[in-house]
Amino acid sequence: MSIPILMPALSPTMEEGTLAKWLVKEGQSVKAGDVIAEIETDKATMEVEAVDEGVVARLLVAEGTEGVKVNTPIAELEGEGAAVAAPPKAGPVAAAMPAAPRAAAAPALAPQSKGDAATPSDEIPPGTAMQDQTVREALRDAMAEEMRRDNAVFLMGEEVGQYQGAYKISQGLLEEFGPKRVIDTPITEQGFAGLGVGASFAGLKPIVEFMTWNFAMQAIDQIVNSAAKTLYMAGGQMGSPIVFRGPNGAAARVAAQHSQNYAAWYAHVPGLKVVAPYFAADAKGLLKAAIRDPNPVIFLENEIVYGKTFPVPVMDDFVLPIGKARVVKPGTDITLVSFSVSMGLIIEAAAELAKDGIDAEIIDLRSLRPLDTATVIASVKKTNRLVVVEEGWPICSISSEIAAQVQGEAFDWLDAPVMRVTGKDVPMPYAANLEKLALPSLDDVMAAARAALYR
Amino acid sequence: MSKTASNAALLIQFYRDMLLIRRFEERAGQLYGMGLIGGFCHLYIGQEAVVVGMQAAIEPGDQVITAYRDHGHMLAAGMEPDGVMAELTGRSGGYSRGKGGSMHMFSREKNFYGGHGIVGAQVPLGTGLAFANRYRGNDRVCLTYFGDGAANQGQVYESFNMAAVWKLPVVYVIENNQYAMGTAIQRSTSETHLHKRGVSFNIPGEEVDGMDVEAVFAAGRKAVEHCRRGEGPYILEMKTYRYRGHSMSDPAKYRSKEEVQEMREKHDPIEGLRARMLAAGAIDEAGLKAIDKEIKDVVAQSAEFAQMSPEPDPKELWTDVYA
Repeated sequence: MSIPILMPALSPTMEEGTLAKWLVKEGQSVKAGDVIAEIETDKATMEVEAVDEGVVARLLVAEGTEGVKVNTPIAELEGEGAAVAAPPKAGPVAAAMPAAPRAAAAPALAPQSKGDAATPSDEIPPGTAMQDQTVREALRDAMAEEMRRDNAVFLMGEEVGQYQGAYKISQGLLEEFGPKRVIDTPITEQGFAGLGVGASFAGLKPIVEFMTWNFAMQAIDQIVNSAAKTLYMAGGQMGSPIVFRGPNGAAARVAAQHSQNYAAWYAHVPGLKVVAPYFAADAKGLLKAAIRDPNPVIFLENEIVYGKTFPVPVMDDFVLPIGKARVVKPGTDITLVSFSVSMGLIIEAAAELAKDGIDAEIIDLRSLRPLDTATVIASVKKTNRLVVVEEGWPICSISSEIAAQVQGEAFDWLDAPVMRVTGKDVPMPYAANLEKLALPSLDDVMAAARAALYR
Repeated sequence: MSKTASNAALLIQFYRDMLLIRRFEERAGQLYGMGLIGGFCHLYIGQEAVVVGMQAAIEPGDQVITAYRDHGHMLAAGMEPDGVMAELTGRSGGYSRGKGGSMHMFSREKNFYGGHGIVGAQVPLGTGLAFANRYRGNDRVCLTYFGDGAANQGQVYESFNMAAVWKLPVVYVIENNQYAMGTAIQRSTSETHLHKRGVSFNIPGEEVDGMDVEAVFAAGRKAVEHCRRGEGPYILEMKTYRYRGHSMSDPAKYRSKEEVQEMREKHDPIEGLRARMLAAGAIDEAGLKAIDKEIKDVVAQSAEFAQMSPEPDPKELWTDVYA
């Protein structure tokens, strides 16, 4: 019988990839474990192994095809007893792939998810040319520009050099700056976080990459006790000009220990600045600001957001202020506030609300410490209704802080209770359906917005 | 280098520096008892030879970092007794303007990088200071002190590994005073010869009589030169002893009075040096008396300053959170 070989997902967030090379020919026998193809994702080139024994009957996707969706059949294997020369059987393939249109669309070059129209027009001089970039590229460019500008800036972390970054954020930096400034560390988070802080005491400006923020819990003592507090404890004599950065929050299907959002943890700590951008331009402008900042900055990225494409201003030196939220879209009826990956949800929600004639104001916090509550409060005084959306847990969260501040400063302007949409108060489950339930959804946001609007 | 341990002037300097620490710490203990110093206060009495010998082994521009039993390190580094004592009393004249206290003091000017309250945390930090030296291509060396208690912290070995891989100029000075707070080293530590802890990282290590300032100085010079030549980290295990409890609130019931007495009488670093100097004719009784008097005055002055210096202005609560 014919066994379809499907385009594999080679990382938790991979949705599509390039079929770079076939290593087998039609008619060739393969055993389980034989490498049959090379696939390029946005992070790496990976090998695909045959999972079964048989003869390669047909290669369905040509070498070099980009944008091949995960689970698209890419080849057919004839199992034992099957006639190799038999014509391709559509039946089993169709059965394996209930979503037939996906298979049909496989060779089409699907564009990366497009960012929404919102651009930071208030911070970019009118007439500035814009270019589309992924958040990943914007972060890389920010580091490269700052490293060119200041020899004291260096990058260290696991796999940042030769491997080009576990999430490919540091792509090309080793080639440009060499191993002295792009430093592969051992897997030793507490050690290299502390080493980075020590180097910053001596006046260097380290960028410490955590492969993910989940691993930074090994290092949180150095971040909080050594980096955040030294300036104060030293009566201002010395501090820690350092950036800790990496992906934060849930990726996809990596379960409880790899899917945690640390926004509220670090935003709690005086002495730290905390930044969590969504748009590529903000990622670039704020990372450059973080590297120049004389204080320790926690830079929370997001794996889902890395591959998103947004316009970025073409400017020699685009630096944004830390601690300022941005009104992504003005509106009059309700304020939707979020940051990082959940911005996608409130942008979608605003579009849904618009269908009902509701004009939502969208605010991207961008920075979590300092937290720009003034922008939120000004908006609430205009719309009188507020929904705060975040991926993290609800207790002692960014949204609970905003709710507290808004009730304190805009109590008389509120026409409804402040609504919060957060991740559920449970460790992240693995099962796909449970994971979906654990994360804030568009339905959750819409329900909260309708509750705040009493409709 | 013109320094030699046989130089009488150097021995006298050792004596003076150790005596300053001893008398300073005794006075700090008194002020604590009077309620003028609060919180945790970890005295260095008994261990003076370690910092004095090591400080003499480094050059201006080399860095020093340690944990929270740090008063001796600061005085040895040349920080002013007035500023250290006033920090202990939480006054505006203190090195951190009263915001750091006993465990958290720094002096950029004297290359003293703290003063850290979390056991073992200073070890990666010191390794990072050494990293900065190497990054800048200078020949500075960082002395990173920690105790036998911290020697069981994981981050120490994370640091050893990186320091060895990257050949960082750091001397790890393990002050083995034999008790991690109240736990004797034999009760907590599988291999009690801590200088061997670098073996699996290919870091050379040696045991040193930390009650003998000349032995410390000789070992320190060798280790520092090793680092300065670019040959990577070095471990010195200083066998030493603290006479007082872990902190002021520690009754030290985990060891016998006889044990402490034995160390004080037979191994005291200051008395030992004093006897050797007299025997060698490096100084006479009158000379020693003059030093004793000088130190007594310095310490009295620091205690006076620490009590007269005003408390920090309430506005200080909100300063130095961000640069």
